[in-house]
Amino acid sequence: MSVLLIAEHNNKEVRPFTYNAITAASQINEDLHVLVLGHQADDVAKSLSEVPNVKKVIHVDNKIYENYIAENYTAAIIKHAESYSHIVSSANTFGKNLMPRIAALLDTSQVSDIIKVISEDTFLRPIYAGNAFATVKSNDKKKCVTIRPTSFDPADKSGGSAEITKSDPAEASSSTKFLKKEEVKSDRPELGTARIVISGGRGMQKGENFKLISDIADKLNAAIGASRAAVDAGYITNDHQVGQTGKVVVPDLYIAVGISGAIQHLAGMKESKVIVAINKDGEAPIFSVADYGLEADLFEALPQFLSELNKLNTIQK
Amino acid sequence: MKILVAVKRVIDYNVQIRVKEDGSGVVTDNVKMSTNPPDDNAIEEAVKIKEAGKAKEIVAITIGEEKAQETVRKALAVGADRGIHVKVDNVIEPLAVSKILKKIVEKENPDLVFMGKQAIDDDCNQTGQMLAALLNWPQATFASKIEVKDNALEVTREIDEGLETIEVNVPAIVTCDLRLNEPRYASLPNIMKAKKKPIEQLNASDLGVDINPRIEQIKVEEPPKRKAGIKVASVEELVQKLKNEAKVI
Repeated sequence: MSVLLIAEHNNKEVRPFTYNAITAASQINEDLHVLVLGHQADDVAKSLSEVPNVKKVIHVDNKIYENYIAENYTAAIIKHAESYSHIVSSANTFGKNLMPRIAALLDTSQVSDIIKVISEDTFLRPIYAGNAFATVKSNDKKKCVTIRPTSFDPADKSGGSAEITKSDPAEASSSTKFLKKEEVKSDRPELGTARIVISGGRGMQKGENFKLISDIADKLNAAIGASRAAVDAGYITNDHQVGQTGKVVVPDLYIAVGISGAIQHLAGMKESKVIVAINKDGEAPIFSVADYGLEADLFEALPQFLSELNKLNTIQK
Repeated sequence: MKILVAVKRVIDYNVQIRVKEDGSGVVTDNVKMSTNPPDDNAIEEAVKIKEAGKAKEIVAITIGEEKAQETVRKALAVGADRGIHVKVDNVIEPLAVSKILKKIVEKENPDLVFMGKQAIDDDCNQTGQMLAALLNWPQATFASKIEVKDNALEVTREIDEGLETIEVNVPAIVTCDLRLNEPRYASLPNIMKAKKKPIEQLNASDLGVDINPRIEQIKVEEPPKRKAGIKVASVEELVQKLKNEAKVI
């Protein structure tokens, strides 16, 4: 019994959620191997070989793996699947796109988005936008599992020295072509892993008003989030969306500004350690999950919030 | 071009979910049901493509109990031409759904299959990708923009880092994001007309696919409750609480 984890990376660096997935994968079984499919991604393979939980790294280097084409990835993974009891990846857009394609070819019913490993075949996962938790047992011989990264701590990154083996690529698909990726570059921490997140909703009224949020984010070294309503209205780009179909975040502090608290938004943030809600509607559902609620006009409260923060001698970063 | 659109009947997104006391699932009796929201986007996109003269026929399909037919009827009311209802008695897993859909695709020979990216009940996010694998077709998941070209689609996908654009050859599977379009409401005359459109009924058991569950649901429980918080009177108090009580800043 061994576990094969599919690494997510950008050919230079390991994407952070891979480390959270490693933690969950090694709870399933300690004999954890990591598959790196990439183009000139030697640094990625090397970094992963240094993770103490990783027993072996399989590295496949080819131009066809430069971008995440699920069809190309799947063909390569199926080649290796034979020797493993579990195939796992993180349940972000990378793993969500990829894993079901693998599972179907292995005739396995996938277990999506687990938040706890109970045993090698039994897992806890949220359903109905996190309004219920289901304990499920997979009876398939080979199991395909995706892991909600924010429910597991990242694995230690150094101290290990796993063997790296090279392997051959599989055939490339001719029916899917990568055209471009529009990545939003930011100096701020990543939304999924930030210690503090401050999010704006429809109450922000327009995109320019997110400046009030970004000023505070700069001060707190926080990531910026948004509700679906704010993204739909075009105030901010989709990569900021927190919720059932956006990103799930579990920061130490989540500040919801002008967000009413629709079920699908709560699904993405209600496990945060401390929640602050700022909303002028005292009846807004967001207050039901907030540890600290402030009923106020955000256009007055946010500038005051910034000036109060400026008065503090020290701010944890 | 012919487009097959798969729709699912789920508990309405506005309903507060209640977990059954015996832990066997969630309460569905006397609960409002609707079409899975991103499946509405899938239908809308198919109708827009047909209105642009790039598709000839739209077939809506659902798999589920008797009442699931309502979902197909709604799709017919916003522009699908005919419907298929594959009857199953119990909840089936995405793998089984994709095996049934594969049988229907082999029979109907569509050029495109659209569906929502995720059902808001089980939150699995699997069926489209699985169907693509079983058919050996390309997949374009989480689509927020679709451009129809000659024998190909250019699809913009919503990914964690931002947006990605890919081109897939037809035939292809597309799973739709909520931002793909704004689903229309059915007009009363169209609802009346939809009643006359045909819905073919099939039984899953007649299709010769294995739909037995592979995953045992051991129990369903309520998530841990957050303890009630407090309201603060001012920004000053808020910052002081965050600093000295919660110790997070």
